[in-house]
Amino acid sequence: MADVTTQKPTSLQDLARAQTSAPTAAKILVENVDFYYSAFHALKSINMVIPDRQVTALIGPSGCGKSTFLRTLNRMNDLIDGTRLTGKITLDGEDLYDKRVDVVDLRKRVGMVFQKPNPFPMSIYDNIAYGPRIHGLTNRKKLNEIVERTLRGSALWEEVKDKLKASAFALSGGQQQRLCIARTLAVEPEVILMDEPCSALDPNSTFRIEQLMEDLKKDYTIVIVTHNMQQAARVSQRTGFFLRGEMKEFGDTDQIFTSPKQKDTEDYVSGKFG
Amino acid sequence: MSTTLSSPPNLLAKSTGNVAGRKLKNIVMLTLCIVAAGLAILVLGLVLFFLLSKGFSSLHIRLFTQLPDNIDTSKGGMAQSIFGTLVLLGVSSSIGLPFGILGGIYQIEARGRFASLVRFFTDVLNGIPSIVIGIFAYAAVVVPLAAKAALEHKPTAGFSAYAGGFALGILMIPTVMRTTEEILRLVPFSLREASLGLGATRWRTMWSVVLPAARGGIITGVMLALARIAGETAPLLFTIFGNQLFATHKVAGVSVPTLTAPIDALPLRIYNYSQDVDPNHNAQAWAGAVVLITLILVLSIAARFATRGNMQEEK
Repeated sequence: MADVTTQKPTSLQDLARAQTSAPTAAKILVENVDFYYSAFHALKSINMVIPDRQVTALIGPSGCGKSTFLRTLNRMNDLIDGTRLTGKITLDGEDLYDKRVDVVDLRKRVGMVFQKPNPFPMSIYDNIAYGPRIHGLTNRKKLNEIVERTLRGSALWEEVKDKLKASAFALSGGQQQRLCIARTLAVEPEVILMDEPCSALDPNSTFRIEQLMEDLKKDYTIVIVTHNMQQAARVSQRTGFFLRGEMKEFGDTDQIFTSPKQKDTEDYVSGKFG
Repeated sequence: MSTTLSSPPNLLAKSTGNVAGRKLKNIVMLTLCIVAAGLAILVLGLVLFFLLSKGFSSLHIRLFTQLPDNIDTSKGGMAQSIFGTLVLLGVSSSIGLPFGILGGIYQIEARGRFASLVRFFTDVLNGIPSIVIGIFAYAAVVVPLAAKAALEHKPTAGFSAYAGGFALGILMIPTVMRTTEEILRLVPFSLREASLGLGATRWRTMWSVVLPAARGGIITGVMLALARIAGETAPLLFTIFGNQLFATHKVAGVSVPTLTAPIDALPLRIYNYSQDVDPNHNAQAWAGAVVLITLILVLSIAARFATRGNMQEEK
């Protein structure tokens, strides 16, 4: 893992700012990324250092490109026809968009939790075992271990341990989302991307997931897109503010919310628009 | 009365006129809809009533258990026709299902220009009259089979379950492909994303997540396609010839259906008997029609149950 302080490209002022206040190592390095949906220019020269084992929040009004950006990090945008990316994104120094990179392998390393809980139409157990199984694990004992460990990891074990064979649809929305997090953990990713993971949940479930993020960041690098600025302030160490496809400001969460350097950022975090 | 008080009643009076007109239009349209729907059901009811009144008296267990009796035509049955129809459904499924289901998956997954071309041609295929498909099957299967057997002097050579199943299988493909595609499209994209996001390949995602979620709907489509081809007569005129016996042969002492010899089918037997001068055969044709329609009804009802089960699962 490279330390940003020794690696930063001097030409990029954003990166420079990011590194001076981020003491930890960089997990993902984003350099001059532009992204297009056919003719639509959705992301404009994004530069960012995503620190290892911290929570990075992306905020901004609807349509600003933050979800699109999140999806460039595990190449989920590849599923959409006519998309194009220029620039460079590296994970531990490896170029994600190199031709030799296998997206299957990449998505195993960079997991994703979606806006709406989307459990598979199968049992709780099979939902979690799905990931390890597609990667070739068949040993029943190991699968059992993974299911228990990840359900404990996502704070769901106590609620479901007696009904692992029940359909995942029998769970509440908040439980389903924690199941989806457990499912992501089961393939042992290094990075977890979360696309508004709490927007479909009630406050209590939201609180539990935020607690969970606090725990998970000990072992995982987390990037979360959120519409909820209080949530960004509560859970993240670093915050990026997106507007009209550009990253207007990126820095320590405290700084973004208390003393933003840009007028747009100030207007947004103080609720003048959005 | 002041103007401020008198103006609201005016407004009200005006709008009441509009509302009355709109209500009338509503009632008229609603009545037309109910009449149209009622007529459609009435036609079905009349067909069923007519069929039962003519065929029910001739319905007998013999029909299911016995072969035609050429000496006393009032006694025989049509067991070989029911058997033949089931064999034909099996053969046509082995052609129609793989092509239909895999083709439907292709249209969802590929999305390109070729996929829309496939969709267009499938729709065209759906519009081709079944008798034309029958002629095609005659040329494509019956004639070559007969030539291969070098038995052209024998008029039944080449007529077979293969040929009939081939024709019916082609008729199944568009229905199965279309329903498969439509049902797969209904599976939420978020499920696919979840699977792909875990590092699954597209095929694995289709096989382990999307297809299971769509299972009920696909089964419904298959059942309806089967129900449709079970009643097809025209393609069979050119392909199976008909048979008064079970088309079977022995393999290691066990009777198995013969796919290369002429075989019977319910619709063909009904057609032949209805043209017959023998009133006993005419009566059996009515009874056969009742059997056929019951078979189709059973398939349709099974299709509904398949869908319902699926919906409960997803709840």
